[in-house]
Amino acid sequence: MNIKILGHGCQNCANLEKATREAASALGIDATYEKVTDDASIVGYGVMRTPGLVVDEKLVLSGRVPTADQVQELLAPLA
Amino acid sequence: MTVIDRVHKARPTQRWVGLGAAAVTWWALYSVNLPFWDWLIGDVVGLDLETRLGSGVHFFFYDTVKILLLLTGIIFLVTVLRSFMSVERTRAILGGKREGVGNVVAASLGVITPFCSCSAVPAFIGFVAAGVPVGVTMSFLIASPLVNEVAIALLLGLFGWGPTLLYVVAGLTIAIVAGFILGRMRPERWIEPFVFETKLGGQTVDPGMSLTWNDRIQIGIEEVKDILKKIWPYLLVGIGIGAAIHGWAPEQWFADHAGPDVWFAVPLAVLMGVPLYSNAAGILPMVEALFDKGLPMGTLLAFMMATVALSLPEMILLRRVLKPQLIGLFIGVVTVGIIAVGYLFNAVIPT
Repeated sequence: MNIKILGHGCQNCANLEKATREAASALGIDATYEKVTDDASIVGYGVMRTPGLVVDEKLVLSGRVPTADQVQELLAPLA
Repeated sequence: MTVIDRVHKARPTQRWVGLGAAAVTWWALYSVNLPFWDWLIGDVVGLDLETRLGSGVHFFFYDTVKILLLLTGIIFLVTVLRSFMSVERTRAILGGKREGVGNVVAASLGVITPFCSCSAVPAFIGFVAAGVPVGVTMSFLIASPLVNEVAIALLLGLFGWGPTLLYVVAGLTIAIVAGFILGRMRPERWIEPFVFETKLGGQTVDPGMSLTWNDRIQIGIEEVKDILKKIWPYLLVGIGIGAAIHGWAPEQWFADHAGPDVWFAVPLAVLMGVPLYSNAAGILPMVEALFDKGLPMGTLLAFMMATVALSLPEMILLRRVLKPQLIGLFIGVVTVGIIAVGYLFNAVIPT
């Protein structure tokens, strides 16, 4: 699974990445992580409110930092 | 189990009962705040509330609790209501609007759309690349920080409905007029070319569409925690300075140097406010104390607008998409607007 965290390295992005890593390891998902900080690419995924979470090139969440449990609910059907 | 997890799993009855209980608790705390500190500081500690020390200490504790309660209540309500709106929907609404009407709609949506200036750049690109005129986008970006929920919560609690409404109307007017003027200046030439070349790919997830009530309440609680975590140092410093002004600052000095008769007080306050980076929570306790000292409301609100509307970090962010000429004009037009509003307020609100 390829996971991208969209945002400018703000606190929210760091929190989102942490929650996502926790969720992925709880589900036993083997994932590669990538940070996307380039404005044009962020908007290219349809995100206008950072942070954003992209899983296998599909935007699954934007504009808020979820808890690890919530990310698990998002990732489980995609695994 | 944390509060967030509880909310996440709550059944409808539990949810509404929980919300009701929270509202009652809030109201009880708010009602008991003044008598409690009168009693504790006046009767138990034994300070005379008429003295400088007594009134300063009383102001500090009473105001801290009052402001925290107001912030908690109003941020929660505003966030839950705003969860029905989203930047995506705002862009869709603005897509077909022309300048003029577009500026008015954009400024109004700037107030009700959940948004933080940290996302100013992606939002700017997203709007402009989707064909929203630059001036209309500017109206949105100016209104969003200027008329914000923290300022509204505090103005309402500290000064009541009149000044709050005046503030909101003035903030909207500045955003509408400034965006319109900037739009007339052919601003496209001062925008980094990559903005126009950005391809809006993929499907947009509209975060406002699929939320349940539990989600909305949860977002509300998260937002209260986030904002309080961010602003509490500003708040304490602001209230501390406010308490010092309240107890010690000589009234005559302020009247002589910044009172209604000093014509240059408004531009001076605005010029001081622009480089200062704070938020409404840090500024308003000082504003309250200075208002008590007889400073005119227009001067004080202009000072606050200047600090919240124009911040250095946001300008540095915007530099990624705007050339320096446009940033300069942006700051210039908004500054002039705030000064004008300051004079207007001084003329209509009696001190």
